[in-house]
Amino acid sequence: MHIWGWLKMLKIKDLHVSYGGIRALRGVDIEVPDGKIVTLIGANGAGKSTTLRTISGLVKADSGSITYNDQELLGKPINKILEAGIAQVPEGRRVFPDMTVLENLKIGAYLRKDKAEIEQDIQWVYSLFPRLEERHWQLAGTLSGGEQQMLAVGRALMSRPKLLMMDEPSLGLAPLVVQGIFEIIRTINQQGVTVLLIEQNANMALKVADQAYVLETGRITKSGTGAELLADESIKEAYLGKKKN
Amino acid sequence: MHDASYYIQLLLSGVTVGSLYALIAIGYTMVYGILRLINFAHGDIFMMAGFFMVYLSSAVSPVLAVPLVLILTVVLGVLIERVAYKPLRTAPRMSVMISAIGVSYLLQNLATYVTGGLARAYPELPFLKETIQLGEISINWITIITPVLTVLLVVVLVLLINHTKVGMAMRAVSRDFETAQLMGVKINSVISVTFVIGSFLAAVASVLYFTNYGQVSPLIGAMPGLKAFVAAVFGGIGSIPGAVIGAYLIGICESLIKANETISVFSNAFTFALLILVLLVRPNGLFGEKTTEKV
Repeated sequence: MHIWGWLKMLKIKDLHVSYGGIRALRGVDIEVPDGKIVTLIGANGAGKSTTLRTISGLVKADSGSITYNDQELLGKPINKILEAGIAQVPEGRRVFPDMTVLENLKIGAYLRKDKAEIEQDIQWVYSLFPRLEERHWQLAGTLSGGEQQMLAVGRALMSRPKLLMMDEPSLGLAPLVVQGIFEIIRTINQQGVTVLLIEQNANMALKVADQAYVLETGRITKSGTGAELLADESIKEAYLGKKKN
Repeated sequence: MHDASYYIQLLLSGVTVGSLYALIAIGYTMVYGILRLINFAHGDIFMMAGFFMVYLSSAVSPVLAVPLVLILTVVLGVLIERVAYKPLRTAPRMSVMISAIGVSYLLQNLATYVTGGLARAYPELPFLKETIQLGEISINWITIITPVLTVLLVVVLVLLINHTKVGMAMRAVSRDFETAQLMGVKINSVISVTFVIGSFLAAVASVLYFTNYGQVSPLIGAMPGLKAFVAAVFGGIGSIPGAVIGAYLIGICESLIKANETISVFSNAFTFALLILVLLVRPNGLFGEKTTEKV
């Protein structure tokens, strides 16, 4: 066993997942240490979303293991994984459009029973996203894309996760809004929440990440610190849009 | 020429029939809202509730039998969901629908087998059929109680859906199965609650309907079930207010048409023609969900 084994939070080992005959993940190993920001970058269809969806229990794995503080997650129902402290911000935000902003936040705390603390956490989310407080009575479907992303993040935070997984939070948002989202990711992390981030915007993701993994057609092909991968020539070429001389 | 009280009476009986359709239609529309399934067995659950009453009242007094009927019908509804629909959760929608048609025939044939296909007299509940005189209008209690009870139940249901945790979960599941699961909502419990509510309301409707009608037979669920389904589609399937308003419109129109001797035989044809018309103009019904495109 690794000497720092006790420190690691989420450990994925040799994970295989297939969808209707297509092998989406072919032996993925990822470690997400406590308190860090870890990012998973890769092209469309590389298996990034599948990885997150397998962790949160939406997708069943063929083999491998996902342990969280030495507790096996594979085979557990979605609500148990959420109770263990892992929340997911789904791709495309997926806020409930015909519920109010406040209701969306409340349903994020669906499994919790501590009413007074839920109220406190709503205030905490409002302090992170003052826009949500201004619009708490509005239907979520009427919010702008950036506001909906804030709501999706806030909603996930309402379960008080120790690990927050975000699937393409910058997708379809204006550059300025993306900046804001990444600042929030940092803030949330500084407040003690571990972040596992999936991004196609590799540049932004690597800048914010402590650890990074590159996923290609279902396999991890590279890993390192965010800074290391930012400086890596092949990464620059494939994901950061820099041409070879 | 008829006087005003005649028309008031027609209207009242239309409202009563509409209330019964509304109670049944809510079951269709809620199950559709959550599972995107037309529960073809719903009308037969209504029929089974009638037979539960017939058989239970031979053992206990009819008044005592009513709560038992409600409980048994709820159990039946949840059982059907567990046995016939839950195993098909990931199957194509058409398979579940065929399963629902299967359950419908199963219940009809079961009832035919047990009763020998004969209609049974429905036990009489005290005072419900007594008539009272209000000025020129004479009506029985059931005509008054039915709409009042229906409106009360609908109000309670709407409050439940809009202001309780389980209601919030139901709204979330009806909108987005997967994201609701990510919030920790247990889909299967929410679906069970939906069937509990739908079957309960169908059982209430059956007590009121059969008390008025006087007898139960194995195929009797088909027509009220179909009308309620039309009401649900008419109002926009998936929408509870839509189903209720659709049901009242159909009930009142039907009552007015049945009163006119030359066209009364066409009352059923009218109901379905109305449906076709509405769907031509508004494919999603009066209050139907707008189909939102994924961005």
